[in-house]
Amino acid sequence: MSSKPPIVRIRDLSKAYRRGSQILPVLNDISLDIEEGEFMALMGPSGSGKTTLLNLIAGIDRADSGAVIVGGLDITNLSEAELARWRANHVGFIFQFYNLIPVLTAFENVELPLLLSGLSRQERKSHVETALRMVKLSDRIDHYPGQLSGGQQQRVAIARAVVTDPTILVADEPTGDLDRVSAEDILELMERLVHELGKTVIMVTHDPRAANKAHVIKHLDKGVLNARTQTDF
Amino acid sequence: MHVLKLIFKNAFRHKLRTFLTVVGVTIAILAFGLLRTVISAWYAGVEASSASRLVTRNAVSLVFPLPLSYREKIRQIEGVEGVSYGTWFGGIYIDEKNFFANYAMEPKTYLAMYPEIIIPDDQMAAFVRDRKGAVAGRKLAERFGWKIGDNITLKGTIFPGNWDFVLRGIYTGRDNTVDETAFFFQWDYLNETLKKSGRSWTDQVGWYLIVIKDPNVAADVSLRIDNTFKNSLAETLTETEKAFQLSFIAMTEAIVIAIQLVSFVIIFIIMAVVANTMAMTARERIGEYAVLKTLGFGGLHISGLIFGESMVITMTGGAIGILLTYPVADIFSKTLSAYFPVFNVATETIYMDIAASFLVASVAGVFPAWRAVNIRIADGLRRIG
Repeated sequence: MSSKPPIVRIRDLSKAYRRGSQILPVLNDISLDIEEGEFMALMGPSGSGKTTLLNLIAGIDRADSGAVIVGGLDITNLSEAELARWRANHVGFIFQFYNLIPVLTAFENVELPLLLSGLSRQERKSHVETALRMVKLSDRIDHYPGQLSGGQQQRVAIARAVVTDPTILVADEPTGDLDRVSAEDILELMERLVHELGKTVIMVTHDPRAANKAHVIKHLDKGVLNARTQTDF
Repeated sequence: MHVLKLIFKNAFRHKLRTFLTVVGVTIAILAFGLLRTVISAWYAGVEASSASRLVTRNAVSLVFPLPLSYREKIRQIEGVEGVSYGTWFGGIYIDEKNFFANYAMEPKTYLAMYPEIIIPDDQMAAFVRDRKGAVAGRKLAERFGWKIGDNITLKGTIFPGNWDFVLRGIYTGRDNTVDETAFFFQWDYLNETLKKSGRSWTDQVGWYLIVIKDPNVAADVSLRIDNTFKNSLAETLTETEKAFQLSFIAMTEAIVIAIQLVSFVIIFIIMAVVANTMAMTARERIGEYAVLKTLGFGGLHISGLIFGESMVITMTGGAIGILLTYPVADIFSKTLSAYFPVFNVATETIYMDIAASFLVASVAGVFPAWRAVNIRIADGLRRIG
């Protein structure tokens, strides 16, 4: 295990949703550390709170109580604007349905997060080309999402996630919409990100095969982190 | 890749919907521009009025004449530089639908008081020489294919009978605000004919046209004129040419107000149409906006995309509408020249078109932008898949 402090520290995190007068607890007093360079899989049945926990770590949702400290910064205290800036600089997102902008080419989709970085056009171009080369899509830079297969679209999404060199990568069911071969490709790519680039990846998945690629598997059930943890780090 | 490029790509993503919305905006802006032009045309006579011209008419009503003998008395009043006179003839050319304004007037002085009316010297001289001579505006002559020397017969309505004229001159306007559809002939011809037939209205005029030395004292001169004829058999009412023209507009003010209302209703309707388009667009893309917010794009970026798209669609329609306004107004001008002698698209109308397009685009973007900016990212992402 690394001697460095955890890149993500979660303390006593709770979250509930309100439906009318009903309060539905989703996460109850979650505490969790994620080490830098760790590939962690979050598993659990539907409605267990996996995606909610991922969203809270990524700063796209707000907890009711508790702290989420990423890279030493407690993001639960940030304003919406500060949180948006923080996300742009520190978080890379990989979604189940890729979430590429259909009217933009692969190049333009990957370039999107860099538009907020203040980099020059030439610098952006260089970053985008590097990211697309890494996901082996250099020959598809001018293709629109509709002209790419599901696996290729997810690789573009991964390039978009890593192009800003974020502190953490969060992936919500990244292989959930892919066939087995494409899913394997994506998981290999994510492993490479961890091993070769030292990225910290937090992945929500239902797929045991995908989870097995991770160093650490955490199980959530009814908003509580199960004691059952598989570690291979 | 620039945000502008994304705005344009988004705007033309649903080609049919965008096309129909652009067509809607085009028609609305065209209709708005034309209605504003109709209103301008209504006021064309007022706009063309000179501050140094006064009109003296019978105080009871314009339909009652004034004695010709008033001319010399008016000329002697302090502040008056020149006096001429005219009478509304109301003649019909062949058929009633061929309406145009026709006046009997004093040939030497009347047109001289309108420097904006240009008539070649030789034609003017020929007109003055010929008792039955007439002068027509360029548009009127073109409308009926008249040429110099043509014989023209008008059927009198106020002054019954067939009245024969010889076209001696064709005038043009100094600029496009001048009515080029009027028909002038010599008052003497009218008066002598009436005398010969022993009818009324002899040695009577419809109004006096007066040029004053200083427009700043128009009110004083008007008062002096009216005081001169106080307690006479035909008391006078003198007002500026502008006030005289406005008194005609006042008779049809309800129509002008109705046209104005309709023009604003059109803008309101198209605002609702564009707002609906933008609301549909934003609802469909709420997931994408959530993705952009996830990537760190803030409320300003998201609203910029939505307002930008609204602007592109509306301004495209607005620009086409404005471009079409000119040729369509030209067709209107030719078709309706009998009713609107001056039918020009004013620069102010174009500014109003632009302002209306801008307003439509801005208002249409408000609700979708508010919704996209305020939706929780997690809720937005749930819409995908």
